[in-house]
Amino acid sequence: MTDVSAQGPLPLSLLTKDARMNRRNSAETRFRFYGLAAIGLSLATLVFMLWTIFSDGVSAFFQAKITMPISLSAELLDPQGNRNRAEMTKVTTVGYNKLLAQAFAAELAARGIDTAGLKASEITALISKDAAGDLRASVLANPTMVGTTIDVELLAAGRVDGYFKGRVTRETAERDNQISPAQLDLVDRMDEAGLLQSGWNWSFLTNPDASDQRPEAAGLGVAILGSLYLMILVALMCVPVGVAASIYLEEFAPKNRWTDLIEVNISNLAAVPSIVYGILGLAIFINFMGFPQSSSLVGALVISLMTLPTIIIASRAAIRAVPPSIRDAALGVGASKMQTVFHHVLPLAAPGILTGTILGLATALGETAPLLLIGMVAFVDNYPSAPPDGFLDPATALPVQVYGWAQRADPAFIERSSGAIIVLLAFLVVMNVAAILLRRRFERRW
Amino acid sequence: MRSLRRGVALARDVSPEVQAVATDYRGLAATGFVARGIVVLLAALLGFAYAVRATAPDFRARNRVEAVVLGVLMAASTIAILTTVGIVWSMLSETFNFFSVYPASDFFFGLTWSPNFRGGSDLGFLPLLWGTLYISLIAMIVAVPVGLFAAIYLAEYASPKTRAWVKPLIEVIAGIPTVVFGLFALVTVGPLLRDYFAQPLGLGNSGSSVMNAGIVIGILNIPFISSLADDIINAVPQAMRDGSYGLGATKSETVKQVILPAALPGIVGAVLLAASRAIGETMIVTMGAGAAAKLDLNPFEAMTTMTVKIVGQLTGDTDFAAPETLVAFALGMTLFVITLGLNVLALYVVRRYREQYE
Repeated sequence: MTDVSAQGPLPLSLLTKDARMNRRNSAETRFRFYGLAAIGLSLATLVFMLWTIFSDGVSAFFQAKITMPISLSAELLDPQGNRNRAEMTKVTTVGYNKLLAQAFAAELAARGIDTAGLKASEITALISKDAAGDLRASVLANPTMVGTTIDVELLAAGRVDGYFKGRVTRETAERDNQISPAQLDLVDRMDEAGLLQSGWNWSFLTNPDASDQRPEAAGLGVAILGSLYLMILVALMCVPVGVAASIYLEEFAPKNRWTDLIEVNISNLAAVPSIVYGILGLAIFINFMGFPQSSSLVGALVISLMTLPTIIIASRAAIRAVPPSIRDAALGVGASKMQTVFHHVLPLAAPGILTGTILGLATALGETAPLLLIGMVAFVDNYPSAPPDGFLDPATALPVQVYGWAQRADPAFIERSSGAIIVLLAFLVVMNVAAILLRRRFERRW
Repeated sequence: MRSLRRGVALARDVSPEVQAVATDYRGLAATGFVARGIVVLLAALLGFAYAVRATAPDFRARNRVEAVVLGVLMAASTIAILTTVGIVWSMLSETFNFFSVYPASDFFFGLTWSPNFRGGSDLGFLPLLWGTLYISLIAMIVAVPVGLFAAIYLAEYASPKTRAWVKPLIEVIAGIPTVVFGLFALVTVGPLLRDYFAQPLGLGNSGSSVMNAGIVIGILNIPFISSLADDIINAVPQAMRDGSYGLGATKSETVKQVILPAALPGIVGAVLLAASRAIGETMIVTMGAGAAAKLDLNPFEAMTTMTVKIVGQLTGDTDFAAPETLVAFALGMTLFVITLGLNVLALYVVRRYREQYE
C-alpha cells in the first residue's frame, strides 16, 4: 500500500484492474467471508444445540399410560371393613400391587388380548412400579372409594414408554433384562385394543424425583419449587443490599482508597469462578455457622453473594443515568441529600434497577456448580414445606436436577434431563422478555 | 430430642435421661419466653424515655436519622469486601490444614493423582493443572478466532439492521446456563467426536474427552470475546479508518493494519478474561471431560481438571479431617489465585497499553 512505486510501474488506467488489485480484492472478499462464517458458525451451533435438546426433551412431556377399570375390593384393602384410614394404612403397596396385577390380567382377558407365552410377572412388569403407590395414596385420601370400581390411568413402565418414543426397539429389548421382544408384542396388541395410549404428562411438572428404577415417574415438582424458593430468597437478600451499596457508591462515597478498594473488589468478584463461591458456602455457612446442608437458605446465600456484583453494577448504571439537574432541583428546594436520593433519584432509577435485577436473577437461576458443593444434588423426593420453615428443608433446584438426571445410567433419564432444560429455558425466556418489556416501557431519554 | 421439646407424642419408649433433659429444656424455654417479653418491654420504655428527652426544638432529627441510614448504606457496600475476606479466609484456613497433613511440595509437584479414602493417597496437582490448561487452550483456539471474526464483521461490515439482530442472537449463547452446555457435551458432542474422529483415527474410544469439553467451552466463550472485542473495535476513532481509506486501503487492510493494532491491548485483555472463565468453568468439564487424572497429549483422551476434582472431593459423604477432602480447598485456593491473577493481568494490560485517543 505505502510503497506502490517500489513494486513496478503504476497501472495505466484506474478503470482496468491489474493483478495486484485483483489479489487485494479477493483478499477482501475472503476476509468478509471469514467474518460471515464465524457468525454463521456460532448461530448454527446455537440452533443445533437447542434443536438436539428440544428433540430429546419434548417427549418427556408425553407419557404412555394404561387406562382400565379397577374394582377396589374391600376385603383386600380394608380387611376390618370399617373404612378407618389408620387401619387401612397397614395395607402396603404389596397389597395394592396384587390388586393391580389381578385387575390388569382381568382387563386383558376381557378385551381378548392374547397373553400366551408370558409369565404373570412379565405382564405386570408393563405397569410402572410407581402405580401401586399412587393408587394407595389416592385410596387413602378418599377411603369411601373402597368397594367401588373406578377407572384409573396408570403409568406404563419406563421401557414401554421408551418403546412408544422409539428409544426402545426389538433389537435393544433382546439385550435388555427389563423387557423382552415378547412383551413388546403384547404392548403392540394392547395399543391396538386401545388399552394403552400416549398422552400429555402433567406429572412431569408436578411429581417429585423418582429412583433409578422408575424414570417414568420422575418429575420436576420439587426442583421447580426449590428454584422458586431460591429465587425468592435471593431477591429478598440481594435487592436491598445491592441497591443500598450502589446508592452509597454512586451518591455518597468520598473518593478515597477505601472506596477504590470496594470498586476493585466488586469488579473482581464478578469474575471469580462460581465454584469458589460453593467452597465459601460449604466452609462458612455449613461448617462454620452450622446451617442445614442442602437447604434453600444456604443455596440462596451463596447465590446472593455471586449475584450481588452483577446487581450492584446494573443499579449503579441506572442511578448514574439520572441527570444531575434532578438532584440540583431537589437540593435547591431544601431537600437533604438523603431525601434527594430516596424521593427523586431512586424512583427514577427504579425501572433500570428492576431490569438489571431480573437479568441478574435469570443468571442466578441457571447456576449449578456452587449448589452441588452445598449438597443440593442429593436425592430429594419430599416437597419442602411452606416458607419460612421450608427454606431450611432439603431442596433441589432445576439446573441441579438436570445434572443429577444426566448422571443416571438409564437413557430414559437423558430425556427427562432435556425436558428439565426445556422448563428451565422457558423460565429464562419469560424473565428475559419481562426485562426487555420493562426496559421498553419505562426507558427514558433525558 | 427435638420432637420431645415440641411436645410431640413419640412412638418408642424414651429413656428417663432424655425425658429429664427434655422437660428441663421446656422449662428453660418457658422462662426464656417470659424473659424475652420483659426485655422487649424494657427496651421499648427506655427508647420512649430517650425519645421524649431528646425531643426539643433544636434537635435535628433528620440529620440523626440520615446519619443512621448512611451507616446502613455503607455497611451494605462493605459486603463485597466481606465476601472476598470470607473466600480467602475459608480457603486459606482449610488449605493450611491440608498442608499440615500433606506436604506442599508433593501437592504442587506430584505427577500422580490417586485419592484413596483409606489413606496413602497421591494428591499430585500437576495432572489436574495440565488437564485444565489443555482444555482451556482448546477452548481458546475455538473461541478466539470465531469471536474475533464475528466482532470484526459486526463492527465493520454489518449494516445497522443486521447488527441489531445478530448481536443479541449471539449473546443468547452467553445467557444459556452452563449445565445445558454440559448436557450438550455429554449427549451430543462427545459421541459425535468419538464416532467420527477418535475411533476412525485410532485415538481412543472415550465419549468424554479434552476435545469435547474444550470445544463446548469454546462455544460458550464466543459471545464473551465477540461482545468485548466489538466494544473495543468500536472505540477506535473513525478518523483512523477514514485516514486509512483515504490512502486507498481496502476495508480488510484497514482492519488488519490499523484497527487491530490499535485495539490489540483491549483484545488481549478480553482473551485473558475469557481464559480465566474457561479455567474456572465447572459444569461442562464435569459432564464432558471425564474423571481420570492423566498427563497425556492425546486430545481425545478423557482427562480431568481442578474444578472437576473440587466437585468430586466435596460432594457425597465428606470427612473434613481427611487430606482427600481438604485437598479440594487447596485446589480452590489455587484456582482462585490463577483466575484472579489473570483478571488483574488483563486489567493491567488494558490500562498500560491503551492508546489515548482524544
